[in-house]
This record gives sequence, structure tokens and C-alpha cells, in this order.
Amino acid sequence: MRIGVFVCHCGSNIAGNVDVGSVAEQALSLPDVAFASDTMYACAEQGQEGIIEAIRDHGLDGVVVASCTPRMHEPTFRRTVERAGLNRYMFEMANIREHVSWIGKDKEANTRKALDLVSMAVSKLRYDRPLTPKSFEVNKRVMVVGGGVAGIQAALDCANGGLEVVLVEKQSTIGGKMAKLDKTFPTVDCSSCILGPKMVDVSQHPNITLYASSEIDELSGYVGNYTATIRRKATYVDWEACTGCGLCMEKCPSKKSADYFNEGVGTTTAINIPFPQAIPKKASIDPDFCIRFTKGKCGVCAKVCPTEAIRYEQEDELVTEEVGAVIAATGFDLFDTSKYAQYGGGRYPDVITSLQYERLLSASGPTGGHVKRPSDGKEPETVVFVQCVGSRDKSVDRPYCSGFCCMYTAKQAILTKDHLPGSQSYVFYMDIRAPGKLYDEFTRRAMEEYDTRYIRGRVAMIYPKGDKYVVRGADTLAGTQVEIEADLVVLAAGAESAKGSPRMAEKLRISYDKYGFFMESHPKLRPVETNTAGVFLAGACQGPKDIPSSVSQGSAAASKVLEMFSKDMLESDPQVAAVDIKRCIGCGKCVQTCPFGAIEETDFRGQPKAGVIETVCQGCGLCTATCPQGAIQLQHFTDNQILAEVNALCRQPLVTSFE
Amino acid sequence: MPAATGDELRIVGFLCNWCSYGGADTAGVGRFQQPTDLRIIRVPCSGRIDPLFILRALFHGADGVLVSGCHPRDCHYSEGNLYARRRLEVLKRFLPILGMDERRFEYTWVSASEGKKWQTVVHKFTEAIHELGPAPALSEAQVARAQAVAADAA
Ligand SMILES: Cc1cc2nc3c(=O)[nH]c(=O)nc-3n(C[C@H](O)[C@H](O)[C@H](O)COP(=O)(O)OP(=O)(O)OC[C@H]3O[C@@H](n4cnc5c(N)ncnc54)[C@H](O)[C@@H]3O)c2cc1C
Ligand code: SF4
Ligand code: SF4
Repeated sequence: MRIGVFVCHCGSNIAGNVDVGSVAEQALSLPDVAFASDTMYACAEQGQEGIIEAIRDHGLDGVVVASCTPRMHEPTFRRTVERAGLNRYMFEMANIREHVSWIGKDKEANTRKALDLVSMAVSKLRYDRPLTPKSFEVNKRVMVVGGGVAGIQAALDCANGGLEVVLVEKQSTIGGKMAKLDKTFPTVDCSSCILGPKMVDVSQHPNITLYASSEIDELSGYVGNYTATIRRKATYVDWEACTGCGLCMEKCPSKKSADYFNEGVGTTTAINIPFPQAIPKKASIDPDFCIRFTKGKCGVCAKVCPTEAIRYEQEDELVTEEVGAVIAATGFDLFDTSKYAQYGGGRYPDVITSLQYERLLSASGPTGGHVKRPSDGKEPETVVFVQCVGSRDKSVDRPYCSGFCCMYTAKQAILTKDHLPGSQSYVFYMDIRAPGKLYDEFTRRAMEEYDTRYIRGRVAMIYPKGDKYVVRGADTLAGTQVEIEADLVVLAAGAESAKGSPRMAEKLRISYDKYGFFMESHPKLRPVETNTAGVFLAGACQGPKDIPSSVSQGSAAASKVLEMFSKDMLESDPQVAAVDIKRCIGCGKCVQTCPFGAIEETDFRGQPKAGVIETVCQGCGLCTATCPQGAIQLQHFTDNQILAEVNALCRQPLVTSFE
Repeated sequence: MPAATGDELRIVGFLCNWCSYGGADTAGVGRFQQPTDLRIIRVPCSGRIDPLFILRALFHGADGVLVSGCHPRDCHYSEGNLYARRRLEVLKRFLPILGMDERRFEYTWVSASEGKKWQTVVHKFTEAIHELGPAPALSEAQVARAQAVAADAA
């Protein structure tokens, strides 16, 4: 075998801390290495051309590039060697940047380590074999999980692109948080006026199947061929029959049901349609508050329903859908403000969250858009907004910035003045973060045109005094303590990952960060992809995002799906398991172990043997480590290849062979 | 050229591609400085790691072996790390029977976002191995036993 080694400087990223010239020079003495050189930027066009030239000039059969992490450029270099006529699996990388130059300052030690990593890669490459991908058919349907604005956008873009879309929403209506907003920054246009038509489009689109009140129980399969089990939760109403007339709501005697849509401000009936523009516009029963469910009596709704749609005995129903790709758009939740006991959120009736305030401002909200105090219905004169409640605060494990609170607080201050011209708003802030288009101008308007008083500093405590609330905090610019007597206090709750998102991530087999937000494949270059092929991200499930960013990401995820589905066949990764029929004794251990059901028992001249279904195999190698015979080997990560790496690191020929 | 010259010891790491290898990358991107003794072998999943790889490394004079995968329940292949956990735990208990110091082998769970944690893991393990010092040369009997194990497994 003739191997070429290319050691990258990566400018000074590697060369600054590793003697790359000497690594290349010493690599020449490794077995089978026929050519070695150092190169300024291996991944740049010149660098790649240099590799191709060397492959041709020196008749190389395999290439090692020592540079950055393979998680970054392995595909790039595989294409490079392919262009020179080699099989793309006759290639290995040594990670001498992330794992060497960036974590150690001692150039000598780094150089030794870099050479070790190169020699490991060379040893493995000597056992590499050419592999060819197989192609398989894709099911060009996509499932979108979460019907907030991001999911809606993704679903519409995919559907308009000609794909069949399955949209799964756990609430009884789509719309997410945006449906609850009154107006949106920075244009102050009516939220439901811009979202409403999109929601209607979803319901009328011939390519979209909407499952509301539904959740994913299980996802199995692989890119191009996923099977989702969807749980349609019992709503105790036959949605086929329900016309959304609302008669049941009018007559329902139980009016104490928690009003999820209004964020718990006020209550609703036990059978309800969350809001007039809900999509689908169907009623559902909250069994916790329904008199029929709790006491066995009543049954009014069944009597009044003109289409006889009520089904008290309804149960959850499981449906399966086959799709080729999944877009996760499960959004975010608000930080629980009661964790700041000193603010009294959840204890004092007139200390409310920002989203509750949106409902008070909204014409479709519990007060019909009149800003009134929850405690006594009085119009507030002084409203105090407290920003960063559950953001940028390590003490509550929320060190990150939620991104949109500065902006929505400015919006809410402006709207307060619109609703109550005689009122005065104060905003306690830490910094103003307004980097979007027209955002800074917007916060300035709140201060300059709407006379909102901005005070820089954290609020220490809030306590009731008569029928008012004293908000006490520091003004760090003036260097004084301030106390404001407020009629209403709005806590700008930060964003956190949606409840249950780690479990959702496990079902989708994607990663999540320590706060539960889903992780993108690369923070800069692959922001809507995940590390699981065929699963994409949209909206605030990936991190706090405002509406414009959520919509952009929804469209971006859709375009990625459309790109993937532009081909009729996908190539499968050939790094899959393969059975050596001669060694296999048909014990079936691998069949039991494989988490993907990728191995089946086959018959070979009357003997049971294991057979790998290549398109299903994900290449984890569990079977390889399980097989007592060493009969099933994960290609490109065979026992021999990994042991070759071990040998390169521990050259102490004590035990000569395990083979 | 031997892996270890001077004060450096020989530590072999087996890391799964999705979580821990990513975590080691994150540590690099964050420039979280680490001792240089450890060399990493990338495998798709911690479940791919055959305990024999670890034995082989130890018998061939590695001073320490570190395995790291995704947190249980957070596996890219849904349950590979659960298999790994079982195998690695058994191996850990088995090592003394082979006359190996089980402290020379450790397994951890580090996710792709935990660069800081990876730095701590490397520091701690490297320190522990340095406290133990270089692995003693194996006795004839141990070599024979190792060969027997290998023969059994083949
Ligand atoms: C008080 C407040 C005011 C705001 N004002 C503005 C503004 O003026 N302008 C602006 O640009 N942004 C504003 N925002 C931000 C805006 O709400 C978000 O940008 C937007 O909602 C993000 O959309 P999304 O679709 O990603 O998430 P969401 O709106 O959270 O939607 C997620 C959807 O997924 C569903 N879901 C969750 N988990 C599951 C599951 N497991 N299965 C199925 N479905 C699931 C949820 O029920 C929900 O319908 C404001 C936010 C707040 C809190
Ligand atoms: S490598 Fe083996 S265990 Fe893993 S998916 Fe493929 S066949 Fe199944
Ligand atoms: S575990 Fe090995 S021997 Fe047993 S059936 Fe699978 S491949 Fe064959």
C-alpha cells in the first residue's frame, strides 16, 4: 500500500503549537507511507488540489490528513480523494487541532502527540477497504412536530413544495405562543392578523394532515423511511362531527376549568374551544373539571350538541404515519417566575408574567383587551416591568440571554400607553439587547415617544403596601436605591426549553444541550440540521428565538427537506455491519442486540445465519462487540482496524496477537 | 518512537463519535487546556467498544484507558451506551482477576456540549494515572493468562 500524509498548518492554529514540518518528516518513516508533506490550509482549494496532485504523482492508494476534527471536514476530504480516483473510504483523519494544538501549549509534547495520532491513522488506513454506498428509495413525506409559528412555516413551505406533510401538535390548536400575543415588535402589527391566515392555510392545504391534541409516542426507522406512532389524545368529542359552533361552551355549567390559552388568567368552561380562531376549531373536554367525569352527573353538552359529537367514553387512539424526514419545532416554555420568591410571582395577584400580560392586552383575551388588575379589575396607573426574570442569572441556572424579552417589554410598555394614555411605565433592565432590524429604534421609541422610564439595575424585592406593590431595586447608573409604587408588575420571564424536551430528543435520537434545547449539527454552518440524518430543527426548540428568526428557521428546515427529497434515491452510508458467513454460528445474539432490528436470521444451506439489512443498519457496531465469533464486523470500524490503532499507541509487543 | 517520553504516560481513550468525541472537540474549540498524555481513538458508539480492546491496550503497556460515551438515555443509537455500561462494569470487576489494577481503567459519560466537563475528566484521570505511575511490566503468568483469555475469545 502507498499512503500519503498531509499535515495541515491551519494557518497558525496548528502550526503555532505543533512542529508540523517535523511531523510530516517523521511520518515518512511509518510503514507504507510513500509521501508526506505539510500544507498551509489542507481544506482550501489549493490544499485539496495539492492532495489530488500528490495522489496522482505518487500513485497513492490511501490518504491521511492531519488537521482539524473529522466531524468538520471528513466529508470534504473524502470528496477530494474521490476526485483523484480513490475510494472515499481509503481516507483517515488525525485530529491535531481540537485534540492537540488547541488544548496544549507545550510544542514538543504536542508534536509528539500529533505524530502519534498520525501513526494511529496510518495504522488504521492500512486495514481500510474500499466501500461503496448502496442507494435506497425515500418516502417523500415529512412530519413536523409542533405547530407554533416555526412549525407552521415549515409545514406550509414543504406542502407548497409539493410534499405531503403530517403536522403533530400537542395542544388542541396550532399557533403556539404567537397565537397568544397581542401585537408583535418591531412593527406593532396584530399578531393574530398575520398568523391567522397562515393557520387557515394549514387547515385548508390539501397536502397537510393535521393531528392536534396529539403527541409522538415513538419514532423508528431511518432517514428516508421513518415510522411514527402518533397518540391522538382523547378529547371526548368526535372531531369529525364537531362543527365548532360553540353551543356546548355556552351551556356548560362547569366554568372553573384552567384556561391554558389565557395563561391561567381567568377560567374557562370544562368543554371548550381555546379561542375563536383556533385551528382546528373543535371542542374538547377537560376531564379534570367536567362534572360528568368528576361526579358522574351532568351531560349537558351531549344534550345540546346539534351534531351529537360528544363521546364521554372516547379513549386515546394510536395511528402510524410513514415519513422520510422529521422537523422538530416544539418551541419553548417560560421560566417559572415563582422561583424568585422575593418577587412574589404566583403569590401576589397583580404580579404577573409577560405572557399573561399579553393576554390582558389582547382583544381576544379574558378582559377583552382592557388592561385591568387581576385582583380588583382596576385600571393600573403605574406599571412596572422587570426584565431578565430567569435570564442571565446563574443563581437560577439560567445564565443565557433569552433574546426577545428586551424587545417584548418595550412593546408592552408602548401598548400600555396606547391602552391607558394616563399611565406611566417603568422598566428595570440589565442591558438593552436589540440587535435586529429596526429593534434599537423600537426600544428608543418606547423611551422617547412613549415616555417609558428605563432604570438600569436588578429589582431586589417586591412587596404589597395597601392595594399597591412596592418595587425596590438599584439604579446602578445613578448609584441610588429606588422604590416605585406600582399598581401592576409584569415579570419578563425568560425562555427555557419546552417541558419534556429531553424525552422528545431521545425519541428523535437527537442531542440536547444542558438546558434541554435541541442541538444543531454545527452552530454556524449546519444550524437547522441535527446529527441524525433526516431530522431537522425549526424555531425556539433550538434556543430562544423571536418570530422572524423562528420563521426563517422554519423555512430553512423546509428547504433542507426539499433538498433531500429532490433525489428519488438516497445513498446509504456503507459503514454498516457485514457478516462473515463462515464464522457465523447462527446464535442470534446480534439479532437480539441490534436496537434497529437491522439483523435478521437467514438460511444458508440449511444453517441459520445472521443477515444485515443494510439500509436499516445505522452503523453503531453493537453487534460487532456482541458477537462471540467476531463474525459480524462493522465496516470501517472492524476489530482489526481499531486494534491497529491500539497497537500504534502501545507498541509493547508483549502479547503478540489476539486475532 | 514510544508514545511516552519524559514524564508523559501512555493513556488511550475510546470515545464515541457523537457525544464524547464532540465534547472533546468542544473543549478544543473553547481552548480548555489539558494534559497531553491522552490519545483518542474514535468509535461510532461506546457500544462498539469490545472489552478486549481495553485489555489489549493494558496488556500492551498502556498506563491507563479511558472510555467515554453519551449519557445513558441520550445515545445517538438509542441504547448503545447501556450495553457499554454493562460490559465496562463487568470488565472493571474482572481486571483484578487478571492481575491488573482496575484504577487504570475508567469510563465516563460526557455530552457534546460539555467541553468543560471533558477538560475536568481528562485532568482527573491523567492525574490519577500519574499517581499510580507507569504500569508495571507484566509477569510471565499474566502474559500467559492474557494469552489464554485471547485464545478463549478467538
Ligand atoms: C410574552 C412574549 C411576547 C413575545 N412577543 C414577541 C413579539 O412581539 N415579536 C416576536 O418576534 N417574538 C415575540 N415573542 C417570541 C415568540 O413567542 C417566539 O419567537 C415564537 O413563539 C417561537 O415560535 P416556535 O414555533 O418556535 O415555538 P412555540 O410558539 O413555543 O410553538 C411550539 C409549539 O409546539 C407545540 N409542542 C411542544 N411540545 C410538543 C410535543 N412534544 N409534541 C407536539 N407539539 C408540541 C406547542 O404546543 C406549541 O404549539 C414573544 C414571547 C413572549 C414570551
Ligand atoms: S451495526 Fe449492528 S447493531 Fe448497529 S445497527 Fe448495524 S446491525 Fe444493528
Ligand atoms: S452474534 Fe455473530 S455468530 Fe451469532 S448470529 Fe450474529 S453474527 Fe452470527
